[in-house]
Order: sequence, then structure tokens, then C-alpha cells
Amino acid sequence: MKKIMINHVTRIEGHAKISIHLNGDGKVSSTELHITQVRGFEKFTEGRPYYEMPSITARICGICPVSHLLASVKACDAIMAVQIPEPAAILRELVHCGQFVQSHALSFFHLSAPDLLLGMDSDPAKRNVVGVLEKHPDMARDGIALRKFGQQVIERLAGERVHPSWTVPGGVNAPLSAETRDLILSELPLAKSIARRTLKFYKGVVDQFQAEIDSFGNMRSMYAGLVDGHGRLQLYDGYVRFRDAEGKNVAEMEKPRLYQNYIAESALPNSYLKAPYYKPLGFPEGLYRVGPLARLNVADRCGTPEADAEFEEYHQRFGKMVESSFHFHYARLIEALYALERMEMLLEDPAILDTHVRAHAGVNSLEGVGIVEAPRGVLIHHYKVDEKGAMKWANLIVATGHNNLAINRSIEQVAKRFVNGKKLEEGMLNRVSAVVRAYDPCFSCSTHALNQPAMEIKLFDVDGTLVDTLRQ
Amino acid sequence: MSKIKLATVWLDGCSGCHMSLLDIDEGIVAVAKKADIVYGPLVDAQEFPESVDVALVEGAVSSQEDMKMAQLIRKRSKMVVALGDCAVTSNVPSMRNWVPAKKLLERVYVEGVQTNPGVPAEGVPALLRHAIPLHEAVKIDLHIPGCPPKADAIFYVISELLAGRKPDLTNKVKFG
Repeated sequence: MKKIMINHVTRIEGHAKISIHLNGDGKVSSTELHITQVRGFEKFTEGRPYYEMPSITARICGICPVSHLLASVKACDAIMAVQIPEPAAILRELVHCGQFVQSHALSFFHLSAPDLLLGMDSDPAKRNVVGVLEKHPDMARDGIALRKFGQQVIERLAGERVHPSWTVPGGVNAPLSAETRDLILSELPLAKSIARRTLKFYKGVVDQFQAEIDSFGNMRSMYAGLVDGHGRLQLYDGYVRFRDAEGKNVAEMEKPRLYQNYIAESALPNSYLKAPYYKPLGFPEGLYRVGPLARLNVADRCGTPEADAEFEEYHQRFGKMVESSFHFHYARLIEALYALERMEMLLEDPAILDTHVRAHAGVNSLEGVGIVEAPRGVLIHHYKVDEKGAMKWANLIVATGHNNLAINRSIEQVAKRFVNGKKLEEGMLNRVSAVVRAYDPCFSCSTHALNQPAMEIKLFDVDGTLVDTLRQ
Repeated sequence: MSKIKLATVWLDGCSGCHMSLLDIDEGIVAVAKKADIVYGPLVDAQEFPESVDVALVEGAVSSQEDMKMAQLIRKRSKMVVALGDCAVTSNVPSMRNWVPAKKLLERVYVEGVQTNPGVPAEGVPALLRHAIPLHEAVKIDLHIPGCPPKADAIFYVISELLAGRKPDLTNKVKFG
């Protein structure tokens, strides 16, 4: 048997390798995804005060630090046993909308647009954001502007774009001024127009990718995501709903602390990324997907007018349960529009200027769980502390982790469809990388670490001798 | 004049420094005019190219792969810049240094799972005993502290280097 290694999957957040095993006639028999770094936040935070956890765990990821901050402060709220003031909850959701906009813009424009606009088989030397800037300058500038808008919302609310310290256990540490509110409101129309025209563009080209749609993780599975009591999409707070491949709700998690009844984790021998699964179905049958595709599959609607219209059209086009992971891209764009509309609703709520934004308390519970939707899916922080508030134990289940089994299965599907071991071409392997990009995985988050990209494919013969190397 | 060859690298960091780099927003258009980004998380580069003018490196050196990469970057780059606190001091990645690597891994992959406990060993690199700052691995030409460094500071450094000047970071950066 022969093996092809993709040593570095490019244009993803973090470091991954892929092994592709071939049978005698050059067809793909199986694949493996290796995530290659680990930092061990669960262990090294032992003994630290719980209120340091937001600042420490924000450093898990520079792309979605706000999501980690929010999951962490929610776990801390639970340890303090406080209900935070309503204006603080509104402000936290608002900053999270900024996070979604910037992260979704990064995923679509900076990381995946080179495949979608320049082509899966285009020159790898140009297949990047600078190449997009040369060939499609308006689109590239839209991407830069949309990401900037999201980052500026975070900066204006929280003081800094990356790793801000504004969200704290009990709420946030400063109220919002009317000037800042008005400033953000004045910039929203431009951001919305970018989201709208990007969606319009994407809807016009998505059919060109039928071969990819058919094989990029095109499978039936269970999905998980946050919804509110009316079944609407939620990003900051709600119930985790599990919905099966038929569209039937199989579980709705009443309280965050019950997550262990639904989710268990397995170690894998070939990856630093653990594989969570839906516990009642066991491993690996309990595979489920999270993130934009899953959120739009578990929600009954979005809850904002334009995103709801897009939601309807999307499901009419691709079915009630949208099965192909290629459609993560489409779902991501709908969510970006949703986040902008939601931002506007929150900013127009008069309560947002209220100055009661923080509850103060000590340790009133020795355990706390915080759950939010990160841009890439459900994010869970679970802490145990002693009476003085020193951390005794932590567990973090991160968005990309939930998708681990699904990404593995998707890689295998794409490799079987496109990779021909007898006549290896770069574009074949770029598609294997592109399916990973569709999930917008954050391996910095998932293993709480990162490494360098670049790609090298090695072809070994039966006895393990290197016979060919293809560099991208 | 030929374009300057610029590489950016993630070692053991959180990508926050790269996000701050992207936070130069439209500045990226100006940089792309003067420099070719020949390697980094945003481009489909080959392996780290033979002759790079400036390498911006984010992250501490935590695994054997990081160490090899740091050495390769040094060998092939005229100027190596430690970008951000993890590269400069090893920062958050070094918070694990008090725990033996084996214990750390067992906590995550044996105690931390319900099914198939076991520390991964196939296709994954071994951790170094300690996560170390970049300057302990290789010689560094410029340090930019910050968690992350501000986008303005990063843009200033790149602009100065592109203009052939040595940046003076006095009062422009801070740790944390």
C-alpha cells in the first residue's frame, strides 16, 4: 500500500497534516487527519484564580478571543452564582456579533476566496489574498473592509481588537457611551451592503462547484447548535439543540452544566485533537457537526428580516437539512448578515446605554460551565474551583473539536472522489485542503496551539521508501 | 528595484499577532505593492523559501518541529523578527513549563476522555521539555513585544524595513 502525505494544510488557522493511503491501483483507500500541536491549558491553569481564566483562555486563539472570553466569563458567572445585569448581556452579545463578522469575513475572503474566485486548480503561487486583490480588487477590498468593521466594533466596545479585557466575570467593566453607539450605527449600512452583495455574488456562482458540493463532506449526520426558546439562531446564549439527519430534534440541553450527559470525548491515536461525540449514540456513531452549516440546520429561523429571507431561500435550494459541508461557506455569509442585523437591533435597544453592567460576588459555587457559539461552533468552558476560587480542574471543548470526526470523514470523501494516486496533481490535493477550509477549522483553538503552514506531498511505496515528492 | 521577500510564520502562538498584522487593514494593499509575501499562513507557499529578506515570527518554540522550523528560518532569512510576547518571552505557551510533558499529555488524553484513552503518538511531533522564547533557539534581529503588538507598531516596523531603515520602537510597544 502507498501513502501520500499532505504535510501542511495551507490557509487554515493552525497546523494540520493529512495522510492519504492508496491501494494497489492508485485509488484512495483511507485518510487520516493529524493535528500536531498541544498546549494543555486544562492542566497548566491548575491553581490559578478563576478570574484569570478569561484573560488566559483568550490566548488560546487570536481569531476568536472574544468567544473564549465569553465562554470563560459565563463559566465564571456560574461560579459566582450571579445573573448578570441585562445591559451587560446585551453588550456581550453585541461584541460577539463583531467577532462573528470579522471571523466570517476572514474565513470567506482571506482564506477560501482564493479557491472560490481564482479556482481550485489555479497557480498556487497566486492562490492567496494578494492574488484576489490583483484579479478581483473590489471583492478583496470588501473583505478587508468587512473584517475591519467587525474588528472595530470589538475595539470600540472593548478597547482592543485582539485579547481585550472588557468582558469580566459578572458582566463587562465599562458601559457603552451614546457616541460609540451612534458611531457603530452610522457604519452599519456600509457593512450590510458588503454582506448583501457578497451573498448575491456567491449565490450566482455556487452552482459552478457542483462536483465539490457532491463530495465535500456531503453526508447525513446529526447537528448541534444554540437556539433560543423560539428555535431562533443564537450566538451568545441559549440551549444547545441536537437535531438528527431527518430534521428531528433529538435533544435540547436545558442547562450548560448538563453537557456531559450529551457529549463525551475520545482520544485518537494519530492526532492531538480529541473527538467529541453524541454520548447516547456512542463513538464514532455519535458524529455530529457544528458551526454555520449546523446552526442553520438546527435553527427554525434566524430572527432578523434579511437573514430570514436568505435562510428560506437557502433551505429551498438545498433542502431542510443541508448536507454538504461545502455549504458552510454559504451559511457563513448568511450568518454574517444576521450578525450585522442583530447588532443593529441590540444597538437600538435603549437598555444598552444603562450603566449597571457588572455584578460583584465571590465564590458561591465550586463548579461552572459556560457555553457560547464561537464562529466555528459550540464552545464549552467547564471549571472546578476550591473555596478560595483557585482552579482545580478545567475542561475545554472547542468548536473545531466537535467537527473532528466530520472533517475526517469529509477528507476521505473528497480524496476518494478527486485523488488519483497514479497521476498526482496539485489541484487534487488542494481540494483535500479546501474541504478542511470549508469547516474554517481553528486548530489553534482545538488543540490550544498552532504551527506553521506550507504543503509538501510525499509518495511512498509499499515498503515505505519515498518515491516522489510534490511541493505546492 | 525588486520586491522585498517577506515571510510570516506561526510557531506556538494563538495567531493573535497575525490578526494584529491583518489589522493594518488597507495597509496590506500598500505592503503588497512593495513586498512579496512568499510564505505564511495566508498564502499557499512551498516550504520556507531559500532566500527571504524579512521573516516575522509569531509564537514560542514548543515542539521539535518548531525548533527545526526556527533553525530553517534563521538559515534562510536575512532578518528575523520576533513578533509578539510569545516569540519574545515564550509567554502563555511557557505556562506549561512547570508540568512534565508526559503528565500534561496524560491529563488531556487519558484523564480527559471517556473513550479510547491514550496519548497520541502517530503523525504528531514530540513536545520539547520547555516552551522557550525564539531568541533561545536562534539569533534574533528585532523584538516586537505585545500580546499582540498593536497593528500600528507592526505597520511601522514593516514600512521602515521596506524603506531600508532600522525601526526605532522606543515608546511604540509594550508587553501584554
